[in-house]
Amino acid sequence: MELLKAIVGGMNYWIFIILMMIGLYAMITKNNLVKKLIGMSIFQTSILLFFISLAVKEGATIPILHHDQAHAKQGDHGEGGKHSDPSHKGKEAASAIEEGKEKPSVSHAGSSKIDPDRFTNPLPHVLMLTAIVVGVSTLGVALSITQKLYTEFGTIEENEILDQLKSGDD
Amino acid sequence: MIDQAPAIVLLAPFLTAVLVVLVGMKYERACFPLVLLGLSFSVAAAVQTILQVVEAGTLRYYMGGWPPPFGIEFRIDGLNALVALTVSTVALISAVYSKNRVPEENGDKISIYYTLLLLVVTGLLGMVLTGDAFNLYVLLEVSALTSYALIAMGTRRATVAAFKYAIIGTIGASFYLLGVGYLYIKTGSLNMFDIHEVLVAEDLHRSTTVLVAFILITVGVWIKMAFFPLHAWLPNSYTFAPTTTSCLLGPLVTKVMVYVMIRMMLTVFDPVYTFVQLNWGDIVVWMAVIAILVGSLSALAQTDLRRMLAFLIVAEVGYMVGGVWLANTAGLVGAIYHLIADVFMTLCVFLFAGIVFAKTGKREITATHGLFAKMPLTMAGLAVGALSLIGIPPTAGFFSKWYLIQGGMASGHWGYVVALLISSLAMAVLFFRIFEYALFGVKPAEGHGDHHAGDQGKFSEASASILLPLMGTASLVLLIGIFNQSIVSIITDFLVQFNLADPMFR
Amino acid sequence: MTPPAIISITPVLASLVSLLAVIPIILLGRRSNLREGTSFVAGIVKFGLIASMLPTIMAGSTIEYTLWEIIPNLAIAFRVDALGMIFGLVASSLWIITTLYSIGYMRGLKEHAQTRFFSYFAVSLAATVGVAFAANLFTLFLFYEMLSLATYPLVTHHQDKEARSGGRTYLTYLLTASILFVLPSLIYIFIKTGGGLDFVAGGFLEGRIGGTEALVLLLLLTFGFAKAGIMPLHSWLPAAMVAPTPVSALLHAVAVVKVGVFCILRVYSGVFGIEFLSDLNLGVIVTWIAAFTVVVSSLIALTQDNLKRRLAFSTIGQLSYIVLGMALLTPKGVTGSMMHIAMHAWGKITLFFCAGAIFQATGKKYISEMVGIGKRMPVTMAAFFIGSLSVIGIPLAGGFWSKIYLLWGTVEDGQYAMLAVLLISSLLNAAYFFPIAFRAFFCKPEDSLFEAKVEEAHPCAVVALSLTAVVTMFLFIYPEPFFALADAAAQHLMNL
Repeated sequence: MELLKAIVGGMNYWIFIILMMIGLYAMITKNNLVKKLIGMSIFQTSILLFFISLAVKEGATIPILHHDQAHAKQGDHGEGGKHSDPSHKGKEAASAIEEGKEKPSVSHAGSSKIDPDRFTNPLPHVLMLTAIVVGVSTLGVALSITQKLYTEFGTIEENEILDQLKSGDD
Repeated sequence: MIDQAPAIVLLAPFLTAVLVVLVGMKYERACFPLVLLGLSFSVAAAVQTILQVVEAGTLRYYMGGWPPPFGIEFRIDGLNALVALTVSTVALISAVYSKNRVPEENGDKISIYYTLLLLVVTGLLGMVLTGDAFNLYVLLEVSALTSYALIAMGTRRATVAAFKYAIIGTIGASFYLLGVGYLYIKTGSLNMFDIHEVLVAEDLHRSTTVLVAFILITVGVWIKMAFFPLHAWLPNSYTFAPTTTSCLLGPLVTKVMVYVMIRMMLTVFDPVYTFVQLNWGDIVVWMAVIAILVGSLSALAQTDLRRMLAFLIVAEVGYMVGGVWLANTAGLVGAIYHLIADVFMTLCVFLFAGIVFAKTGKREITATHGLFAKMPLTMAGLAVGALSLIGIPPTAGFFSKWYLIQGGMASGHWGYVVALLISSLAMAVLFFRIFEYALFGVKPAEGHGDHHAGDQGKFSEASASILLPLMGTASLVLLIGIFNQSIVSIITDFLVQFNLADPMFR
Repeated sequence: MTPPAIISITPVLASLVSLLAVIPIILLGRRSNLREGTSFVAGIVKFGLIASMLPTIMAGSTIEYTLWEIIPNLAIAFRVDALGMIFGLVASSLWIITTLYSIGYMRGLKEHAQTRFFSYFAVSLAATVGVAFAANLFTLFLFYEMLSLATYPLVTHHQDKEARSGGRTYLTYLLTASILFVLPSLIYIFIKTGGGLDFVAGGFLEGRIGGTEALVLLLLLTFGFAKAGIMPLHSWLPAAMVAPTPVSALLHAVAVVKVGVFCILRVYSGVFGIEFLSDLNLGVIVTWIAAFTVVVSSLIALTQDNLKRRLAFSTIGQLSYIVLGMALLTPKGVTGSMMHIAMHAWGKITLFFCAGAIFQATGKKYISEMVGIGKRMPVTMAAFFIGSLSVIGIPLAGGFWSKIYLLWGTVEDGQYAMLAVLLISSLLNAAYFFPIAFRAFFCKPEDSLFEAKVEEAHPCAVVALSLTAVVTMFLFIYPEPFFALADAAAQHLMNL
């Protein structure tokens, strides 16, 4: 029972672990370089999914504030930066996001009327947007290296490339 | 302007990179001066930053004026300031070296090469300066992606190595990202200092999640720094890359990752957690011992000059990881000082390898035959770097070894002490082998007879643009050694906050 | 009480002057006369600087100078005391004579790369004097390593296969020992004492470390300073004989090897303290190690046919005399040991000069080829005879006095076994030196390998070796300066 609970309770984690292992397996064992890269993509995607699943809350919606909601909050931040400009619009949105954190343990902002439980946490999404870009670029670079390998060796099978390196001089 | 110094350190190379792409399309000759200009700005700003830090203590800079924990904060203390200055200086030196070498080794891709060079530097500097754990990941990938490309510009073996590096590097970075995710679950923050506060305030150090985060981050960073046995990507990458690339990446990448490890262990997780609660010091130091021994002994077996140096990097990483995990002030001072010193000594020997390759077109150690007579200045440069790696006073390497051994003795890790000494000897063998080749290459007939007149004719030193960087680096190695006090005092000032003298760290 | 120390930069200058001389030597590389002139001037200035400090030291004071603190609580510092003075005087005065000799030897043989030779020679001397005047263990180590490296190009000067393997042995022994043994001991002592490492009469380790630690450290440091050639770490010295003879003469009879024993003397007296060592009864162990080296090296010397190798093994034995004298831990023993640094230096350098002169004039290296050479090179062989007298310890040469004191030291301590060792060794010394001189002069005419025509080596070389021979004899009549210094040093170190 315990085991079942653990598996069902952390379903998302298990899935991402399985995905990750599939990716890792492909990266290590596949002979074809492109298949390796597919594995790498799966591996990275599993991490994206993991982060996204962190943001989810039951019954919560997307964190977009109405104008009046946003206006209600005009608190000052405890640690004003050198170049901080408290009246800046974006900053308020930022503090609203902060409220949406799962554990607003250390209070960085003043009181607020917004109920964080009603919104999913947008920060992981934002982060993953960046991570997706990073992932895509990695894939792009890796693919172009593969292409270079193909023009130089005429194959994208790892063992054949290694054989060529072993036999021929550089 | 001066207030913005920390940002300029990073932005100067970044903006120059953009500029180089645009300008380079039309005027390829303009690339090099631009690179030089951008990196000089970066160095100047780094100097300014470190002066400010020394004078006024920790410097906090909010990117774009956004206060933490929302915005990205640069919190610059003695540690980053030093490492940032080191990174930008090395970037500048290796850029000077690349002036003639890039057209020669990658003549069709000059502007691309310089763009990538600047982006790598941006990534590395960003990792050093940023106070945001996720931001660090992004910059890690920026520097990694560009370095894959830079390495792949070498021979076809380099392309294979770059692919391997890309796969392994991605795994490492992903581990790091995953670890940051776990930390985020627990603390809800990405700002390093904020994470630390939450971890301490809420006593989260007992949580398994934090433990998993720590393991993931540490392993991820170890992969990226080529800590034995996770070093498989390194030797070939640096051996077959263009010499300009290995001069830039060889010294920097691994050391910046060591910096990240130190930052994570001390600032994000607490030293009390990493050293006392986990109590892995012994195991990790023994791993470092193995890394040092394997690295130095493998280096002995190499015939390719740069491959030999690459294995030395593996050994040097062992020095630093071991020094950090000794968990005492001397060990940490040694590790951080070694980080800085090692950047310059590695640069010194890689520059030498580059010059040898430039002059002879050969990669083997035997290519150094007779160089003492032909290129005395180059050999003098190598001698300084080599003596520093061996650990002969008054070069920088001696003092780092001094502190590291002191740390090892203070915590009773005799294995580590012995490993350091054996590795010194291995390096002595390595470099004196080169000296022998260089000294005995041209054999004067039967040792007697006046060859003085003949010597002059064979004299052919490398061109200034590749010789000057070597000379500069060699003098820096000496200066860092002779004036090690000022660097060490910055490091000890940084370490004071962790109260490592506390008996619980024993 | 001792007068207060004088702060003066003279010791630093005395060390640096030859280092600075390297620049003009390199620049003047093409004009050999000016180049050697620079060497001379540097040597004379160096000697002058050191001699200028003599009156102060004789008055019982010391001269100190701290350059800067390089590690917290650890500075690069210089301090001149009587012991350092003896060594500094010997090394710098012999440099001048050796320069003279080198000119004769190098030009006589038309050696290559003379500029390199003279530059590294100057660097070596800077390091030697640095060791002599080092105020703490760290500074000592710094110059010790500098000397190892600076002499490597000199040892491998010929750049042939033999030089290469000799140089390899040379560096392997010296660097391995210093990195593996000295460096960790240094850091360990630094941790135990919390800094300083300054040499103090009476040592500073007493009460800081236990008996076992003391024993281990003592052995590490004794063997670590492998330049002292204590067996089994002696093989580098015969190997280094591939060097040109002036190098063997000055460096491997005086500078390098004496730096080794000097370091050991410094460590015994300034780090451990004589009292501490005798309380723990550690001197005895060292005396036996040294005694073993004394006897065995003399026996090996008997079997060597190559003259320079025979001299090298003789040097190994004589170095252990010095260590042995110190390890007796008695006033007379210590005095004798310090005097022997000077006396042996003058005697042995004469012998090497002669070996070099013979090689330069006749190309002969082996003793068996030197039968009857006394008729051809009478001056050289006479000098050789005087040098032998000094090394054996027979009256009419300075070596007599130091040996007497060493013997006196053994009697003082009641160590009759050591007395026997010293006497046996002197007999052996005589056995391996006298036949050379004897057969050179008194062989049957039909056995002589040389014609009776007098044909000496290059005049510079002959002048140099005559000079050292004369000084060796002079030191028998007037050992006063070295005796006074050694006595003062011993008094100071024994806290008498």
